[in-house]
Amino acid sequence: MTNTLHRYGAPQTLADDYIVFAMAARGVNDEGSVEKFRTFLEIARRHRPVNLGDATQGGVYRASKKLNPLAHWFRRDERDPDSLVRNVNQPTVVSAVFDNPESLEGFLGDIREADLGLSINISALTDRADEIARRAGITRHSVEYSLGFFGALDKLPDRATLTLATMCGHGMISFNFAKKMIDWVKEGRRTPESASTYMARFCTCGIFNTTRSCRVLRDCANR
Amino acid sequence: MKISTDRCVACGNCIPVCPVGAIDIDPSIRRAVVDQERCVECFTCYRGLSTEHLNPTLVRTIRTVLGWVRVRFDPEPDVCPTAAIEPQELSWPRIVRRAFSDPLVPHESTGIHGRGTEEVKTNDVTHRVAEGEAGFTIEFGRPTVSASFRDISALTEALAGAGVEFEANNPVTHLMTDKKTGRIREDVLDERVLSAIVEIKTTMDRVPEILETATEAAKKIDTIVSIGVSTRCDDEGRSALEDVLHDEGFAFWRGKTNLGLGRRPQVTRAT
Repeated sequence: MTNTLHRYGAPQTLADDYIVFAMAARGVNDEGSVEKFRTFLEIARRHRPVNLGDATQGGVYRASKKLNPLAHWFRRDERDPDSLVRNVNQPTVVSAVFDNPESLEGFLGDIREADLGLSINISALTDRADEIARRAGITRHSVEYSLGFFGALDKLPDRATLTLATMCGHGMISFNFAKKMIDWVKEGRRTPESASTYMARFCTCGIFNTTRSCRVLRDCANR
Repeated sequence: MKISTDRCVACGNCIPVCPVGAIDIDPSIRRAVVDQERCVECFTCYRGLSTEHLNPTLVRTIRTVLGWVRVRFDPEPDVCPTAAIEPQELSWPRIVRRAFSDPLVPHESTGIHGRGTEEVKTNDVTHRVAEGEAGFTIEFGRPTVSASFRDISALTEALAGAGVEFEANNPVTHLMTDKKTGRIREDVLDERVLSAIVEIKTTMDRVPEILETATEAAKKIDTIVSIGVSTRCDDEGRSALEDVLHDEGFAFWRGKTNLGLGRRPQVTRAT
């Protein structure tokens, strides 16, 4: 989940982006962890996350391999969090994305109560994460800071494209596809919501923040 | 990855979704083709595009007829209408591309999906990075740029020259011929991957020196390098690393916070 470390954006543009993930240390506390991962996801669902994911099977948004041609006009919402939770069947990394600090705080309080024994990390603005965790009665153990990008920076695209593409740190959302979605929203060919859903389907860990994506796309269209 | 010439209808939807720009339409055959040199076997096109299984001949005919009146057949942007994308059998050393690029494939060396690293995410259980120490994650090719192991080796050799110790339980370390030199094995040097992470740990006082070595070496290679630095906080949750990074002039505001809720299983000793 270093996948989430280098999300691009100035601090004020990251205030609606909180990823929480649970992980076990391989060979140390991963035995018997499957039910704990399911519990994590079930608790997360109570706090209205904008996305959920499991690193071994994919996110709640995913591609469909048997669409019929009517999907061009009437495409069903294929999100199925029940099966996501049900299909966790091996030690993995599970995640939940929240778009507001209140939901995050409530979720952390419940996770502390549940005492799963898994490593729980928040990927977000580090000061905000620390502050919200303290409000939930948790003192942080360790912290990792993103220092950003170095080297051949001329290979990077414009800010909006970079903001969208880095919401999947595994690189599954290409710069070209993010740019295409920005252009389609600008041209009125798709809404920010549907463009965000297209991109979210490519993020296999389920950490793409559709709320933030819609905001970025709307800003691009209104500029 | 391959694209079936029998099934492809050249709609072009797979072109923008490829993270490394490896797909183009070949005008001589009017089909999409994958540049095998650029393709990193990330499976984004195969897995991310939804499919419809339409009849390719019918779709080509409709596209041709519409084309006569300058109307474009425009499928949903995340759909391959004829399921034309096909994985291919990968052998060594090309298989390394998929291991580092497809997050749903666990690394053989660590058994972990994604980039195969635990870093500070399980530090509350493993205690890998202690107070007074700093863990580094130096990542190549991210975001969505890709990197060759030749680039990666250039930087790991520079780090080795600074006398660092590479994390043993890390997929890139497993590809080194000698951890003392940081040199990566010859047969994978020209393989390209979407990204790979090198992990090292030092004492806190060496943070400025290591960051300078890494950022200077990054200027000499043809990819992006993303750097993360971590530490164990004190009992009050304070991080000594913040002052060091501020003093060095780094701007940082985002990162990962390990909440310390993980624990080792309790072992009951037989009496």
